[in-house]
Amino acid sequence: MKFDLIIAGVGGQGIIFTTNVIGRACIKEGKKILAAETHGMAQRGGSVETHIRIGTEFGPLIPKKKADALLGFEPIEALRYSHFLSRKGIAIINTEKIIPPSCVFPGKFTYPDVNYLMSKIKEVFGKVIILNALKLARESGSIMTVNMVMLGVLTNYLPLEKKTIIQAIKELVPEKLIEANLRAFEKGVNFYLTYKS
Amino acid sequence: MEGGVEGAYAYPGTPSSEIMEKLIELSGKYRFYVEWSTNEKVALENAIGSSWGGKRVAVIMKHVGLNVASDPLMSLAYTGIKGGFVLVVADDPFSHSSQNEQDSRIYAKFAQIPCLDPSSPEEANRMASYSFELSEGLNIPVMLRSTTRISHTRSSVEIKMERKKNFSGKFEKNSSQWVVIPAHTRRLRVKLSKKQKHIKEALEKLPYNKLEESNSRFGIITSGVSYLYAKEAVASLGIEASFLKIGAYPPSENMINKFLEKLNRVLIIEELTPFVEEFVRVYTKKQDLHIWGKLTGDVPETGEFSPDTVKEVLSKIFRRPFEEKSILPDLDKLLPPRPPVLCAGCPHRATFYAISQVFGKKAIYPSDIGCYTLGLQMGGVDTCLCMGASITISSGLYKSGEKREIVCTIGDSTFLHTGIPGLINAVYNNSRIVVVILDNETTAMTGYQPHPGTGITAQGEKTHKVSFEKIVRACGVSYVETIDPYNLTESIKVFKRVKEESGVRVVIAKRVCALLAKKLDMKRVRFEVTEECIGCQKCLKFGCPAIEWNGEKAQINEQCSGCGVCAQICPVNSIRKKNNEV
Ligand code: SF4
Ligand code: SF4
Repeated sequence: MKFDLIIAGVGGQGIIFTTNVIGRACIKEGKKILAAETHGMAQRGGSVETHIRIGTEFGPLIPKKKADALLGFEPIEALRYSHFLSRKGIAIINTEKIIPPSCVFPGKFTYPDVNYLMSKIKEVFGKVIILNALKLARESGSIMTVNMVMLGVLTNYLPLEKKTIIQAIKELVPEKLIEANLRAFEKGVNFYLTYKS
Repeated sequence: MEGGVEGAYAYPGTPSSEIMEKLIELSGKYRFYVEWSTNEKVALENAIGSSWGGKRVAVIMKHVGLNVASDPLMSLAYTGIKGGFVLVVADDPFSHSSQNEQDSRIYAKFAQIPCLDPSSPEEANRMASYSFELSEGLNIPVMLRSTTRISHTRSSVEIKMERKKNFSGKFEKNSSQWVVIPAHTRRLRVKLSKKQKHIKEALEKLPYNKLEESNSRFGIITSGVSYLYAKEAVASLGIEASFLKIGAYPPSENMINKFLEKLNRVLIIEELTPFVEEFVRVYTKKQDLHIWGKLTGDVPETGEFSPDTVKEVLSKIFRRPFEEKSILPDLDKLLPPRPPVLCAGCPHRATFYAISQVFGKKAIYPSDIGCYTLGLQMGGVDTCLCMGASITISSGLYKSGEKREIVCTIGDSTFLHTGIPGLINAVYNNSRIVVVILDNETTAMTGYQPHPGTGITAQGEKTHKVSFEKIVRACGVSYVETIDPYNLTESIKVFKRVKEESGVRVVIAKRVCALLAKKLDMKRVRFEVTEECIGCQKCLKFGCPAIEWNGEKAQINEQCSGCGVCAQICPVNSIRKKNNEV
């Protein structure tokens, strides 16, 4: 099965790590994976986008309007890269904003109203899941696990077994952080289940 | 690794650094030599030494690094090699993290050496291990040219970890080969020229070139990752096309002419320069052939490609509608930009701030390549051109008759890379400039690689730690001061003293990179804004991403690394250490 995914967010949110978990899980299941990341300067709080293609015979970049899913770690970054998402695709968006330095001083730019942004995105895409992943991460014991919450929600759509993803997390997260990360991951999985019903 | 590398040399540079980092990781287990060299020329020459000593070597750099290393490369093609020699160069279309977009294939042509161009990480892996053999077979260095989308793509790749046995080499004296005096080099030049025929024959047979025929009289010639973009674009538009994928340069004349035989229209898709296109135009004798490419303006001349780039080109050629890019057009304008910034607690920010407090807006600030180029956002960077050019542009500006103060900034690793000759030159030729060496004890921007100023080798062993102060003094600088940028008050005092002096003055701003400190888990305190804040926004202007504005007062978020610089800026002393945290 082919699956194209865009992850968008801010440097430092653990996006590259999330990509690695998905990559490891694909290798475990013998699925071909390509993941292209923009980094380098990305760690310095800039906007980050990752293209992940499972089972493609083509190159690493996803064409516009062709992604099956968009995992937005931050509202404006989700919107910035939403042109990659297919109208039939699923958008999963964390509503917790990270104010970019360009908005710190009044006048230059202002951070748009998140509710307005979300209503806009709902107009265009059929399936949109909105959550405060930071809140769920905090509840699971570490605010550094926003990425695992997001991955948990996404797991319901990925062509990968949940248990393989858990195994990949265990292999890649440092020993002492595994528990918090898995708790956050499960929060994401459950969020999806309650959200749906 | 699979090709049996025995020595690897590199200077870090995005998007090439990860190759060496992986090799370092494996070097212990598989016992081969790795080093971070001081610059790319030094790396290449060291690799030459090892190759002439009989070892299989790899030297790794980004495209602009090859400019620095081009001097030895040009003559190495003449002398030839002994142990297999692979030069890995990472190009960066769209300059994601570079000062320009150059096409290293042109260097390969210039040096008359073979060049392999992978279209995927998998192919890069196969090419890398094969290139040692190719190099030894032809007695010439081989370039493996990658681009950002290959370099920064993770993929499942099958690897064979059995190592070829070690080659025990020994340098054999042979002055007619290793000494390029005019009498020898003229002979070697003729030899290199004759060798071209063998190179062509060897490359023609490689599986990296691929001819895929169809019934159509329309064809696409493509190379690198563009091959996959073109395949996807053709599939999604439902166009029939023959394909010629070129994986090795110089491209084979026979192969291209054979491909063109049945065609009347051909499109050439390649990133960067019209390199293949020029070959095609020279090779073909067909009068009735229509060629679309960069030279006709049909394919974008600049930037990075994507499947959409090729789709757009094909849509024009086949007169199909091409959809508008944005799904939410008016929203784009709403989204504030988010460029990278210096980290919270970055020592460079503090140094730039201190400099600006003393030298103001009037002074001229040449700078260099590193995280600190982001000092642009603080008005601390007026020029940035290439590695090491901060000091030299400064002394040049001074000699142009510039009367304003000239204060340049250069990182520790950059200073060791190519800064030193410029400093010697500035002193020698009596310039009047201030040079600030930003010593954050690492090569931060490319991922915290060690350098000679850290006293640690690539493999993490202890070694001699060069002293910046001693180097600077040995260059002839008599006025040298060292500051801790986190001590803002003291730093400002020092810069004030420096301003009063003349000649070449050097300030070493020494403090470990904040992100590295965090990684190393160094103890840190956090700061907070207390009730006394008067809302003057002075600390906000400092630009630390940990400082926010809540509408009335400043506040500090969890990004704070505890540098304490903002506390020294606050005029009413309202920023203080949080006492309940370690
Ligand atoms: S990585 Fe280090 S040197 Fe670079 S911006 Fe961050 S703190 Fe500064
Ligand atoms: S102490 Fe102030 S300047 Fe330093 S990192 Fe924290 S908020 Fe930023």
